[in-house]
Amino acid sequence: MVAILAFGLLQTVVHAWYAGADMASATRLVTRNATSLVFSLPAYYRERIRALDGVEKVVISNWFGGIYKDQSFNNFFAQFAVDGGMFDLYPEFITRPEELTAWKADRRGAMVGRLIADQHRWKVGDTIPLKGAIYGGDWEFTVRGIYEPRDETTVTRQMYFHWDYLNEVMKKRFPKRAEFAGVFLVKIADGSRAAEISRAVDSEFKNSLAETLTETEKAFQLGFVAQTEAIVTAVRIVSFVVIVIIFAVVANTMAMTARERLAEYATLKALGFSPGFVAALIVGESVLITTLGGAIGILLTFPMAAGFKRAAGSMFPVFNVTPETLMMQVAAALAVGLLAGILPSIRAARVKIVDGLRYIG
Amino acid sequence: MTLSQVTGSMPLVAISHLSKGYRRGGQVVPVLRDITLAIPEGDFIALMGPSGSGKSTLLNLIAGIDKPDSGELRVGGEDITRLSEAELADWRASNVGFIFQFYNLMPVLDAFENVELPLLLTRLSKRDRRERVETALALVGLSDRMDHHPNELSGGQQQRVAIARALITDPTLIVADEPTGDLDRKSAEEILGLLRRLNSEMGKTIVMVTHDGHAVESAKHVTHLEKGELLST
Repeated sequence: MVAILAFGLLQTVVHAWYAGADMASATRLVTRNATSLVFSLPAYYRERIRALDGVEKVVISNWFGGIYKDQSFNNFFAQFAVDGGMFDLYPEFITRPEELTAWKADRRGAMVGRLIADQHRWKVGDTIPLKGAIYGGDWEFTVRGIYEPRDETTVTRQMYFHWDYLNEVMKKRFPKRAEFAGVFLVKIADGSRAAEISRAVDSEFKNSLAETLTETEKAFQLGFVAQTEAIVTAVRIVSFVVIVIIFAVVANTMAMTARERLAEYATLKALGFSPGFVAALIVGESVLITTLGGAIGILLTFPMAAGFKRAAGSMFPVFNVTPETLMMQVAAALAVGLLAGILPSIRAARVKIVDGLRYIG
Repeated sequence: MTLSQVTGSMPLVAISHLSKGYRRGGQVVPVLRDITLAIPEGDFIALMGPSGSGKSTLLNLIAGIDKPDSGELRVGGEDITRLSEAELADWRASNVGFIFQFYNLMPVLDAFENVELPLLLTRLSKRDRRERVETALALVGLSDRMDHHPNELSGGQQQRVAIARALITDPTLIVADEPTGDLDRKSAEEILGLLRRLNSEMGKTIVMVTHDGHAVESAKHVTHLEKGELLST
């Protein structure tokens, strides 16, 4: 039970790690500097990308990296400076029309996700003070709207504000850093043309001062996950090690139980039951035990995952037990029961009746 | 001596020049040597002898739960030494009832379920099985203990459940290995009384291994074994 529960939770952690990539759209591309994400791209690229065949919309997105209150993990959330049309690209973010209009009208306005709004108890009209880490100085934004998730897989822990405002301040404070974009979010009409359009975008800026690398949003997100691949792999391995350990425990328990019951199995065989029946009895018992334990573990996974999600705060905004995880839990419980019962069942099936009857467990 | 010399008519159990040994280390230790014995149908025979004399081995061979090294062993006219393991299992299920010294009941099953166990190998309906089990338990005087598990029964009661289980398929032959060995005098007398009834009233052929001189008095014939050889019949 505990092993299946732990297995389910660890698998859920792995899934949660990939949640950002999972919610990526097939019709969204991300164009970044080919050298590194650290380097920016000229803002005027936006118009040239927009002019390419198959491109519907292009939006600038800049990682802001501001500090809210302090640098504690609980107060961390992502902030992006974006174009006003950003929410047209993300239908999974549900906005109220009047709030969206108010945000577009306020150059210092911010749209915040439901998750961080609830976490910090922000409401429309509140001021969010940020200390710039990449873009130095003190910054203040006014909450003009709170966007909602379309479904439970949508992450809403980001804050969006106007790139125009950031650019305007940069022109005043650090003119050399003005008119640059972190990445371009590119909406395309046909997801099946993603590779072709990506190549077209990158060709457009080939041999320029800032060459581009365009990829699907999912590939872009997975690139981030890949940076923590070792952790994910470790979690994944631990989840399977848990199953291997419980297999060893169950196999040992079944071996001991079967040994203690040799006289019973010999009696059954003496009465006329076949060796196959005796073997099936042991395997059946093993599978029944692990299935019952596994069922309790699976049922407990849901409240435990909910508790884990609360405890983890905004670290895992999407922490749902997926059908895939449930199927893996069921498969693990069945496999452990089946495999743990095989060796004892073979021994019991093969034991000579006269030897078994003499056995005192 | 040949079988025809042992008995004039066809016996239920006919053993001819039977030998059996066990391998220990690199050597074969003989347990039974050239046994020839006939047990007529309806007999109640006690096998006696000191420990290691081979009496339990002979009982196991007659019951078809062990195989001889050589010789012939016919039960009801069938040479059971030639049967495969699966055929022997089927044969035991319909022809032999077992009574063990330590009862060998299934601890997780109640008295009713323990007695019903051999019937699960038959095609009897649930209703027919219930009727048979109730009759068998009534015969051994345990109608009021049907839903008791073995750990809720005394030794004597457990052995009566085992006797009901041995009877339930109406076998011709009942083998009993020290059936009173783990019981007090009073319980042992009850069990022996039951065995006598099975023999005299129901015509069951009983082969019983025992050390108990009192138990021997219930048998019609006594056969002694020593060092794997028959001494007298």
